Amino acid sequence: MQRLAHLWNRLDYSCGMLRLVPLLALVCVTTSIQAQTELRIANLGEPASLDPHYVSGVWENRIIGDLFLGLTTEGPDGKPVAGAAEEWAVSDDGTVYTFLIRDHVWSDGTPVTAGDFEYAFRRILRPETAAEYASLLYPIKNAEALNTGQMTDMDQLGVKALDDRTLVITLEASTPYFLAQLTHYTAFPVPRHRVEQYGNDWTKPANIASNGAYVLDEWLPSTHTVLLKNPKFYAADTVAIDRVVFYPGEDRAAVQKRFRAGEIDIAMDFASDQIEWLRKNLPEQTRIAPYLGVYYYPVNTAKPPFDDVRVRQALSMAINREALTDKVLKTGEVPAYSLVPPGTNNYGEPAYVGWMGVPYEARLAQARSLLAEAGFGPDNPLEFTLSYNTSENHKRIAIAVASMWKQLGARVELFNTEVKVHYDKLKQGDFDVARAGWIADYNDPQNFLYLLQSSSGPLNYGRYANPEYDALMEQASATTDLTKRAGLMAQAESLAMRDQPVIPIYYYVSKNLVSNAVQGWQDTINDIHRSRYLSLK
Amino acid sequence: MAARIMIAFAARRCLSALPTLLIVITLAFFMMRLAPGGPFDQERALPPEIERNVLAAYNLDQPLWRQYLDYLADLTRGDFGPSFKYRDFTVAELIANGFPASLQIGGLAMLCAIVFGVGLGTVAALHQNSPLDYTVMTFAMTGIAVPNFVMAPLLTLLFGVYLSLLPVAGWGDGAWANKLLPVIALALPQVAYIARLTRGSMIEVLNSNYIRTARAKGLREGLVVTRHAVKGALLPVVSYLGPATAAVATGSVVIETIFDIPGTGRYFVEGALNRDYPLVMGVVVFYAAMIIALNLAVDLLYGLMDPKLRRP
Repeated sequence: MQRLAHLWNRLDYSCGMLRLVPLLALVCVTTSIQAQTELRIANLGEPASLDPHYVSGVWENRIIGDLFLGLTTEGPDGKPVAGAAEEWAVSDDGTVYTFLIRDHVWSDGTPVTAGDFEYAFRRILRPETAAEYASLLYPIKNAEALNTGQMTDMDQLGVKALDDRTLVITLEASTPYFLAQLTHYTAFPVPRHRVEQYGNDWTKPANIASNGAYVLDEWLPSTHTVLLKNPKFYAADTVAIDRVVFYPGEDRAAVQKRFRAGEIDIAMDFASDQIEWLRKNLPEQTRIAPYLGVYYYPVNTAKPPFDDVRVRQALSMAINREALTDKVLKTGEVPAYSLVPPGTNNYGEPAYVGWMGVPYEARLAQARSLLAEAGFGPDNPLEFTLSYNTSENHKRIAIAVASMWKQLGARVELFNTEVKVHYDKLKQGDFDVARAGWIADYNDPQNFLYLLQSSSGPLNYGRYANPEYDALMEQASATTDLTKRAGLMAQAESLAMRDQPVIPIYYYVSKNLVSNAVQGWQDTINDIHRSRYLSLK
Repeated sequence: MAARIMIAFAARRCLSALPTLLIVITLAFFMMRLAPGGPFDQERALPPEIERNVLAAYNLDQPLWRQYLDYLADLTRGDFGPSFKYRDFTVAELIANGFPASLQIGGLAMLCAIVFGVGLGTVAALHQNSPLDYTVMTFAMTGIAVPNFVMAPLLTLLFGVYLSLLPVAGWGDGAWANKLLPVIALALPQVAYIARLTRGSMIEVLNSNYIRTARAKGLREGLVVTRHAVKGALLPVVSYLGPATAAVATGSVVIETIFDIPGTGRYFVEGALNRDYPLVMGVVVFYAAMIIALNLAVDLLYGLMDPKLRRP
């Protein structure tokens, strides 16, 4: 009898539960809607910081660019569009930009003002901030002098807030890529009221305020970074995804597994050796697109025998780039015959090396005779070291290139060190021929060509010093007419391609895995895809 | 009386630990700086003027001895400094962030090492020179001979890739499946070592007079082993626990990297590769202090267990 009562009680309880069913169903529906609008990104890197003034990596840009909105920002196609600035006017000589700041607020409701921008520019340029990327802002008047400590009065900086909504930026000289450069995180505003209140802790989830499409919800190092949609974002009604999770794991094999298991919607890279499998099994999700970057071998022009242009030309000619991209890498990289990748803004066709169209066998013969002219032959073989930083791909390429150089009779020793040591040696000019890579910070040929200016110091690894080249680049930077400027820079590049202080190997491509559920994805040359433009099916 | 001796002993040991710690800090500090390349050498070289700003911000423009003294001064205030790489975190925050995972892996590995090591060692001793004994000892020799950075990839290959039973790597918010392989890889050499130790001392104890007395009293063999023999045989094992913790702590550096576990040990490897001097130093000091403290604890435990030491 007691058992029966117990049973009855349970039945009654269940009936009570039954009444809850519609409510539960509602909860289920809402949570499933929420689950649908969560975008999970394998970011392949742990952010060093979420403070736009302290970072220098592309993986941080993906997070910070979702949080903050610069004066201009990337559109869905990666091209610059109006951001925190509604509109702007440029003076006739191209040196004064007047921005009208959009009427919008930080995620805590405080208005975003021109003063926030002025504060941010001053902060990043203060030497004590020690921002690694501050040099990107050197086109701004007095920015370099202030950042290097030659000038200390921040009032001299060419950034002025006239009132809450008007910001005037004065440049040293006309800079055609300036609006594109403002999309970069170095030009993002920071919430002055928060930074001043919390100091270095202002980026902690409890303290941060942002003006972009998302706000920071949680950041657990080595685990994930979670962003939530910012309801106060000025275009919040156009933002489809409610929650973005960035995973830092760098193990490409594990990322690919998680992508296949549906645990990740976008993977920002994949392992090269997977390309054949991916092309066969996930053809629609595998996205390979041209990217603003070049993989190259600087040659130490300050060191004999590499001060001889014929030696450098011979080494460059003897590299069969098509064999490297098609047989060694196989990831869709494009053989490079110039320093500036094709498709770069404010430029026409890059200035390719003169012998680009010559068949490989003929090139090889030419290279042999150049080396012979320089005094190298079977009884006096060219001997040198090819250095690279430890990585499977760099090794494969170095081995292949060394075997190509062997056809010239050169004896090449391969030398690999970890990345820190490698770049330390490059900076000090302690190498013969080495591996390097360059990814553009802004879409302009100047960002590649300045690497070979003698004023670029340690960035000019091969210590290329050609007064003619320097003069052309100087002239280009003083030219406002874009066509003329492009012409001058092309002239400079053709000099460099004749002299070969760098041997271009291939242009980078961006490699992404994008789930079919992701809508609105466009392949872009800078590989920037802001979450606010994406949605999920 | 005994308690006072104990406290005096502990205090003396704590004091003598300070010079040890100082030597560890000094060696680590200068060895770290011997490595070529600096924290701010990277694919994208910094313009010289920017590099100057950055070095000045971290006092890296000071002479080395000055940096060393500053570091010591900061340490005495409990300040481990900022991380060069993760600028939003202090070294203390990063260590605190990674320690729970490290503690779970390390603690479980120690537990496994003791339970299985003592168990296998006892079984081997009781069946001395039998096939069972030889099997256990072969296993133990293999465990000692194969380093964990070889064992770990072999385990993942077998259980993760071929059999697909367990995750290859990752923490999975601390799921059991994710912990299993790292714990085994970390514990295996210690299981082996402890098993050998236990077997040796067990055989010795089983032949001793007090065990013969116990048997002569007519005690069952099971009781003789569990009540009398194990207690005596465990003393060498207890004294080995100190070195074992050190081995597990240093082993976790490798294991956490291989299994992609967000622990303190992995920060050590990352810090070393990034030349993040304060982070490496922080982990070294933290681990050194921990190992010294645990060694002290083992010594005290030994005092409690060994009646010979308790007599004044």
